[in-house]
Amino acid sequence: MSTTLQPSPLTGERPNYLNADYGWKSWLFTTDHKRIALLYLFSITAFFFVGGAFAVAMRVNLLFPDGLFEHDTYNKLFTMHGIIMVFFFLVPSIPATLGNFLIPPMIGARDLAFPRINLLSWYIYIAGGAFALTAVVRGGVDTGWTFYAPFSTTYSNTHVLLAATGVFISGFSSILTGLNFIVTIHKMRAPGMTWMRLPLFVWGHYATSIIQVLGTPVIAITLVLLGLERIMHAGIFDPTLGGDPVLFQHLFWFYSHPAVYIMILPGMAVISEIVACYSRKRVFGYGFVAFSSVAIAVLSFVVWGHHLFVSGMSMYASMVFSFMSFLVAVPSAIKVFNWTATMYRGSVSWDTPMLYAFGFIGLFTIGGLTGLFLATLAIDVHVTDTYFVIAHFHYVMVGGMVMAYMGGLHFWFPKITGRLYPEGWAKFAALVIFVGFNLTFFPQFILGYLGMPRRYATYPQEFHTLNVMSTAGASILGVGYLIPMIYLAWAWMKGPRSPQNPWEAKGLEWEQSPTPPPTFNFDKPPIVREEAYNYSGEEKEVWLD
Amino acid sequence: MGEFSIFPARASTVAGEIDALYGFLLIVGIGMTIVIFFFVFFFAIKYRRRGPNDRPGLIHGSLPLEITWTVLPFLIMMVMFAWGTKLYFQNYTPPRQDTLDIYITGKQWMWKVQYPDGQREINELHVPVGRPVKLTLASEDVVHSFFIPAFRLKHDVVPGSYETFWFEPTTPGRYHIFCAEYCGTNHSRMTGWVTVMEPAEYAAWLAGGTGGSMASQGEKLFQQYGCVSCHLSDTQGRCPSLRNVFGNPVVLDDGRTVLADEAYVRESIVNPNAKIVKGYHRDIMPVFQGQISEEGLLQLIAYVKSLSRPIPAAAKNASTTKAKQ
Repeated sequence: MSTTLQPSPLTGERPNYLNADYGWKSWLFTTDHKRIALLYLFSITAFFFVGGAFAVAMRVNLLFPDGLFEHDTYNKLFTMHGIIMVFFFLVPSIPATLGNFLIPPMIGARDLAFPRINLLSWYIYIAGGAFALTAVVRGGVDTGWTFYAPFSTTYSNTHVLLAATGVFISGFSSILTGLNFIVTIHKMRAPGMTWMRLPLFVWGHYATSIIQVLGTPVIAITLVLLGLERIMHAGIFDPTLGGDPVLFQHLFWFYSHPAVYIMILPGMAVISEIVACYSRKRVFGYGFVAFSSVAIAVLSFVVWGHHLFVSGMSMYASMVFSFMSFLVAVPSAIKVFNWTATMYRGSVSWDTPMLYAFGFIGLFTIGGLTGLFLATLAIDVHVTDTYFVIAHFHYVMVGGMVMAYMGGLHFWFPKITGRLYPEGWAKFAALVIFVGFNLTFFPQFILGYLGMPRRYATYPQEFHTLNVMSTAGASILGVGYLIPMIYLAWAWMKGPRSPQNPWEAKGLEWEQSPTPPPTFNFDKPPIVREEAYNYSGEEKEVWLD
Repeated sequence: MGEFSIFPARASTVAGEIDALYGFLLIVGIGMTIVIFFFVFFFAIKYRRRGPNDRPGLIHGSLPLEITWTVLPFLIMMVMFAWGTKLYFQNYTPPRQDTLDIYITGKQWMWKVQYPDGQREINELHVPVGRPVKLTLASEDVVHSFFIPAFRLKHDVVPGSYETFWFEPTTPGRYHIFCAEYCGTNHSRMTGWVTVMEPAEYAAWLAGGTGGSMASQGEKLFQQYGCVSCHLSDTQGRCPSLRNVFGNPVVLDDGRTVLADEAYVRESIVNPNAKIVKGYHRDIMPVFQGQISEEGLLQLIAYVKSLSRPIPAAAKNASTTKAKQ
């Protein structure tokens, strides 16, 4: 019953991580970071479509001012959409798939520092996901993904504990991934791969990992306290038991605001790679882009209070958090300017990953600038808890992060699968996603300023038109996400074989690692002799004045 | 009405100021977006790939540019910060006197409104034009958020504490009240209307039937819960008298001085041991946590308030008479 096969003599394929071994055991017990990345890829894609289905149902409900479903049903839909998308798609998305696959070859390592822990993190993630899905199947949760107390601890009659346990467990997978990356990046760089030669993809993931390791324990503690109060009436958050509901909000956002940077920093990391490759230029201001990631990671821990500007927190505390929130916008702006400047005097191709990068820069700019509205205290008082926040968040997370993820998937698709995707279909899908996205979420900015609160199953008549536009956009967006599913699956099976470096990209993973890579990534140990992104091949340094 | 606008109705003194700040942010935001979009597409077209062998020269970066696009956005953001913070402090700090005080209790899923003169309403709030209105917000159960888009204001309603909220209406009309913090099944039905009226109309509306003022309802509770025996007609010195307490400083047994406001009185009812008045003992008064509804608490407070209401006026008179002499 040997399932181990030699590389097929029929296809003449050289040995790589995909054909090194076959059978379910070779996948479920693998310690190869590339195979684990694929396990993650398929799992998070499944969660993405589950979470997406909830979003579609929500948008259908909101076609009608009086709603379509029972209020409780709608409340469960947005809760499960949030929980699944945030904790089971966005947080692991780029780090656990592209990061897992690419960090070792990018720094010239055979694998991550702890391959078994890497596999363990996937199992923990699946266990957490199983709890969350059980909560869905057994009737759902209705607290909102934010689990605010005392509603979640005392009043909700739904499966809060199951869902919270799922989030609690999956947090450990996030911590383990972060820990693995930090150790790997510190200890396993190839000779010559100095810190300032690291691809910006690695810098971005390094910053992300710091937040994962330092922030995630706090959400775990918060959820344990929530559980204690729900089961044993511990009196931590519910004022009738002597607790403080605002304390929950502080604890929750102490993790969950840094968590949005866990979600966006890897997206920024991908964009740096794509912009460099498709402009054939070194990323403009490499050091500034690298350290802006670290600055974001540090500042992300001191802005959580901007979720509490209307909660009765001290106004002086609000003032400090408002200032810090503006401060964290600076490194994000630095990145956008540097990506744009990278194209200056470059050789810009309009291939699919670059289209996604254009989309990312544009939509992230809008998402970031609308973040300034929310950091401005007096404006936040009006627009917080309205659709303005929903729109802002989705511009950053879907317009930013998911665009980057799609761009990254296309960019490294040949590396991962050894095959090329159909360029025409890919460009078409990118366009559909861009149009659908804007039609879905732009009207929500207007809805928010007009005063439509979030999490409303029904709404006054005057908000009808904008909601219909948003739902129309969502249907286009939904189709936009299905198209790549189909052609990427087809390309994986039948697409033309890719040369080792189809985009003529720089970086160890393209230049020195075969496509698809062998189990240990390199045929011979790589040595780094040049700066990152040395597209022009020049030795001397040129600075603009 | 009926035509499309990106601004909701403006019906409070602050609405115009918020819209002006919003306008500033929109101009900066749209301006920045145009700049970024312009450069992205300008570069992407001007420097588009001409052939497979394009090899652009190496550019590492530019320190002056990095400094420019770090410092300039920061300075613009500091304008937003200062302007927004100024309005926030202004809009969240109620005027000290001459406010019309109204009490709101949120509960799943309605807004109960009580007026000092005894009117009560559900999901309806009536206020006059041109006078600052101070709302005291309480919650019976979970966190709610009291939101009036036409006033550009909202404030969370947090169980276990009082939040204050003030505004000065400017334009008569009917405007939405929304609950903006998710609170369970019928969250989206926890809505109501604020009716802004001309002062004369408002006076007429107030004159319509009432079941006794809030204070008189509070007085009944004061007797019902036995507060009266210690706090007004006590002869043994067990508890401080509540005459002339509200609105005045109170010296505590740990030496601190606190102002006897709504939050202080509420705390002293539900958790009397939290702050002990100098010269008195803890554990004498029973703990009323969970015993009295939020509405009842507000009525009790109104009563305690009425016990000291004439005094500041009298004191004022006394001091003016003194000054005259």
